[in-house]
Order: sequence, then structure tokens, then C-alpha cells
Amino acid sequence: MAVEAADAVTAGSGPRRAAPTREQARRIRRIRRSGAYVLLVISTAIFVLPFLWMVTTSLKSDEDNLAFPPQFIPDSFHFENYARGWSGSLPFTTFLVNTVLITALSMLGNLVSCVLPAYAFARMRARWAGVLFAAMLATMMIPREITLVPKFILFSKLGWVNTYLPLIVPEFFGVALYIFLLRQFFTTIPQELIDAARIDGASELRILWTVMLPLSKPAIAAICLFSFVSNWNQYLEPVIYIRSTEKFTLPLGLGMFSGQYATQYNQMMAVALLSMLPILVLFFIAQKTFIRGVTLTGIAGR
Amino acid sequence: MSDIVQSLEGLLERLHIDVGLRPILSLVILLAAVFAVICAALWGAVRARWISRNTAAFWIFVSPWIVGFLLFTGGPMVYSLVLSFTNWNLIDPAKFIGIANYKEALSDPDLGQAIKVTLTYAVVSVPLQTVLSLAVALLMNVKVRGIHVFRTIWYLPSLVTGVAQAVLFIWVFNPSYGLANGLLRLFGIEGPKWLFDAHWALATVVIMSLWTVGGNMIIYLAGLQDISKDLYEAAELDGANRWRLLWNITIPQVSPVIFFNVVTGLIYAMQTFTQGYVVTHNGGGPADSLLFYVLYLYQNAFSFFRMGYASALAWIFFVMIMVLTALVFRGSAFWVYYESQRPRERRRRVHVG
Repeated sequence: MAVEAADAVTAGSGPRRAAPTREQARRIRRIRRSGAYVLLVISTAIFVLPFLWMVTTSLKSDEDNLAFPPQFIPDSFHFENYARGWSGSLPFTTFLVNTVLITALSMLGNLVSCVLPAYAFARMRARWAGVLFAAMLATMMIPREITLVPKFILFSKLGWVNTYLPLIVPEFFGVALYIFLLRQFFTTIPQELIDAARIDGASELRILWTVMLPLSKPAIAAICLFSFVSNWNQYLEPVIYIRSTEKFTLPLGLGMFSGQYATQYNQMMAVALLSMLPILVLFFIAQKTFIRGVTLTGIAGR
Repeated sequence: MSDIVQSLEGLLERLHIDVGLRPILSLVILLAAVFAVICAALWGAVRARWISRNTAAFWIFVSPWIVGFLLFTGGPMVYSLVLSFTNWNLIDPAKFIGIANYKEALSDPDLGQAIKVTLTYAVVSVPLQTVLSLAVALLMNVKVRGIHVFRTIWYLPSLVTGVAQAVLFIWVFNPSYGLANGLLRLFGIEGPKWLFDAHWALATVVIMSLWTVGGNMIIYLAGLQDISKDLYEAAELDGANRWRLLWNITIPQVSPVIFFNVVTGLIYAMQTFTQGYVVTHNGGGPADSLLFYVLYLYQNAFSFFRMGYASALAWIFFVMIMVLTALVFRGSAFWVYYESQRPRERRRRVHVG
């Protein structure tokens, strides 16, 4: 009220009346904005706390590790926890190599096998194409747990248990979600470009390679990241198929570590952080492309 | 199938191919044969003028997915339905026992517990996640300096799923030395034993799941930024306040996105496995309070080797998810607002067909 009165005094009369209200609106907006800012900072601080706790724990000495009451910031920083945890009793470097191998091959398989069907669904005409596309969307709702037992029987008959093949080979046969995302993106590329290429006598594969793919980098990058994250973190299937320790992936190794050395939280957090590092690095490098990919490919259900 | 593979591997042995390479090479040969048959059949059909060249090309392009679906989803589903009527421990020959597995499931107390845990988790965590991620998205939609940093911070944990997340939260919720109880003690509260207390374990996993709302937040944010400014300006001219703008414009406009996220979130929550498995090392938590359905299925198949019963469980699980999804779909008519049974959307529909 006081603000309004003061404004009324200085404002004078006539057309200049509009100025104070604008000033006022700006002030309200500024107050609201700083309120939102405070809320942002507080909520983000709470949210990020577990993560900070993870980092500080990883730097604690063995004595402070189980200090009571818990210390948030350690007295001294012990970076050697990372080396001790990583190359201690479990060979995490081997696990890393295994995980990289599985993830890289799975990503490659996903890409190759999703691009072709996505292009067909987006730009090629055939009878039943619409029905097939709808059927593919419906299969996204099938939980993969239902195939757990029969797939295990199939793969053990093939002698694939305790190899990486059960984890990699199915990835070379298209993932419905990724096909859908890519197809949505392909439909936004102007048909004129494709028609022009067709008139020039380009084959469908050539159109896909020289016209569609270069224009679809955001979608492809998004799929690469989705595929990377899901393969890097997967747990259920490695638990079923991988038996010998030297073939473990990072999540399996981490699970084993937490089972065997349940109280060495400083080393455990160090190893957990290291095992996540590639994902975090990749995200920071490709952040913009990734977020743009998420919004452009219509994962938001549109 | 396995006979063919065996004879193929025999052939590879005679060619002195390394043992480790044999399984993958025999698979590649098999697949090449399958694709050769498909291509030959389509080529023949084109020559006979049953189908056009374009149609043949379409089917060749989509064949990776079709073959993959038949091999790794469709075929196994049928197989698992057959298995669900048998009793089989992988060693003795499978025995047909009719619907005995399903009868047993009806009166299995552990299965009852698994369904209770899983449904409770899904029904509690999904609405909480939805409200929180939408609220955060609204907060992240204000234009202040450095907002991108905040968005990144909120998004990051959704990349850290699975074991790393479980291990972190086992430590955060450690009853004596963990962060959660340490903070509560600052306020003079002695916190519960969290994951080690049958009453709190599931609630703790729900809290864990809220840490990864960042993924949904980004999706909602994209939805919010798609809303036309005109709608807000028109409503403001009519004197609507901020709450009315939220309830009558923002929420209806993003309701299709909410709907999509609720459906996928429910299916995802039903499939929870890692949390239960890691927390108590394949145990199911204190007093089976974390015996998620998939964990129970896993135990039956790979700890007790009851392949028939596990297959029956898988089919019950499948039906449960279908029913739940159908319920959400039926309910959606009452609250999901589609902007466009209107030109833009109709045009998009044409592309699908």
C-alpha cells in the first residue's frame, strides 16, 4: 500500500499514470523471481546432498568412515581410497573393460538395427505398414521379464551362458522405443529432399545415408546416450548370465563389493563414483544435443 | 535348432576356428541364411509381380525388428506359456501338469506378499514422482540466470540408476552412520532403521525413486515450453490469477504428457528388481518387505529352478500389467485433454497410416 501511495504522489496526472504501474509490476516480478530463486537453491541443495555425501565419504579415512555421529566433511582427504577400492580385492579394471565392450557392441547393434526400420516406417509405403507400426508400439508394453525364463533356456541350449552373447546379440535386432523415436524424427525431415534424391536416382539406402542421417544427428545422439546409459547400468540380465568373476560387469562388481566389504563405505563410494564417471562425462560433453534430442524426438508422448 | 548349431560348430571346429568365436560365428551364419531366405522370397515375389519393389524394400528394411521380435520376444512368450503348464527343473524332463502352477499361485503366500509390495510401490511412488517432477518442472521454467545449471543438477541423478544408486542409498540410510539419521539427530529425532526395518523399507525405496525424477522433469519442461503464450495472455486479460492459470491452462495442456509418463512410470515401477536384490543380497528385505514381483520370479527361476512355476508367474505378471495399463487408459478419458482432435494432429495421423 505504501508503495502504491508513493507512486501515486510522484506519478502526477494524465498519460504518465501508466509508468508507476509498470514499475510496480516489475517490482512484483522481481520479488517473485527472487522467491523462486530461493526455492530453487534450497530444493537443489537438499536434492544434491546425497551426491555430496557420496563424494565426501569417498575421501574419508578408514577411522572416520564409521564415525559417530557422522561427519559431513572429513578432517583429511584420502584420495588413495579410489586406488585402493579400484584395484583392491576385486579387479575393477577388468570389469570396466568388460562393460565397455558390452556397451559399445550393444550401442552399435541398437543403432544399425533401429535406423533401417525407422526409415521404413517414416518414409516407405507398403500395405500393412500402419498395422505393423501400431503392433510395434504395442510391444513396448510387454515387460521383458516374461521372456526371462524361455530366453535363458534358449541361450543355455546354445551354450551362451557365462558369455556376453545373451547381452549383446538381442541388441542387434531393433528396440521398439528407439525405432519409434527415430521414426518420429525422420517424419519431420522435409519430403521434398527425399523426392529430389529419388529423382536423381538414389537408392533408398543412399537416401538414408546421405540425406536422412546427416539431418538426424540430434535424434541419433539421443538414442546413443539412451542406449549407453541403459546398457552401462543393466543388472538383471548380467546377474542371470554372467557366472565367473573375471567376466563381471561394473554393476555386478559393485554389487559384489557391497556384499563382501559391507562396512568399507569410503572405498565403496569411491568405486561407485568411478563406475558412474563415464556416464557423467558423456552427459556433460553431449548435454545440449541430448536434451534437444529428448525434446525433439517426442519422448514426451506427442 | 540346437542340433543345427551343434553341427555348425562341428564344421567350424574342423576349420580350426577358435573356440570362443564358434558360437557367434555359427549365429552369424544362421542369420545370414535367414536373411538370404527372406530376400530370396521377396525377390521372387517381385519377379512374379505379386508385390511392388517398394513393398519388398519396406519388408527388408523392417526385417531386423521382425526377426528380433520373433526370436527374442514373440517366440519366447509362446514358449513360456507352454512351460507354465509344466513342472521342470532344467535337469529332469519337463512334465505336463495342466493348470497346477496357476492353482498353486492362487494360494502362494509369498506371491501374495510380492504382489502387495509391488503394487504398493507402484501406486505410491508413481503419483509422488509425477507431482514432484511436475512441480520441479514448473520451478525450472522460470527464466532466471543460471537456470541451466539447476536443470542439469536435477537431471543428473536420473542417469545414475541401478546398483550405484542402491549402494549410495544403503549408505545414506545406514541407521547409525548414515546421512539421513545424522541430519535427523541434529533436530533431536532418532530416525528409524530405514531399509532394515520391515515397516520403513518400502518407504525408503520410494524416497530413493524420487531422486531420479529429473528425467521426467525434462520431459515436462519441454511440454511446458510448448504451451502457447496466447492462452496465458488471454486468460490474464480475463483476470485469471496464477492458480487459475495453473489449473485451467498449464495442467490441461500438459495432461497428455502426464498421462504418457504415468503409463510408462507404472510399467517401470512394476519391473523393479535391483533395489530388492542389492539391498539384502537376493533376500527380499526384512520380513520380505522388499520382495518385488520380479525378484520373486527371479528366485523361483534361478534359485529354486522351478522353470514352470516361474513361467506361470511371468504370465500372471504380464496380465497384471495389461490390466493396470488398461485401467489408466480408461481413466484417462476423464482428465487428459487433447488439444487437437484438430487439424494439426489429424495431419500427423495421416503420416502414421
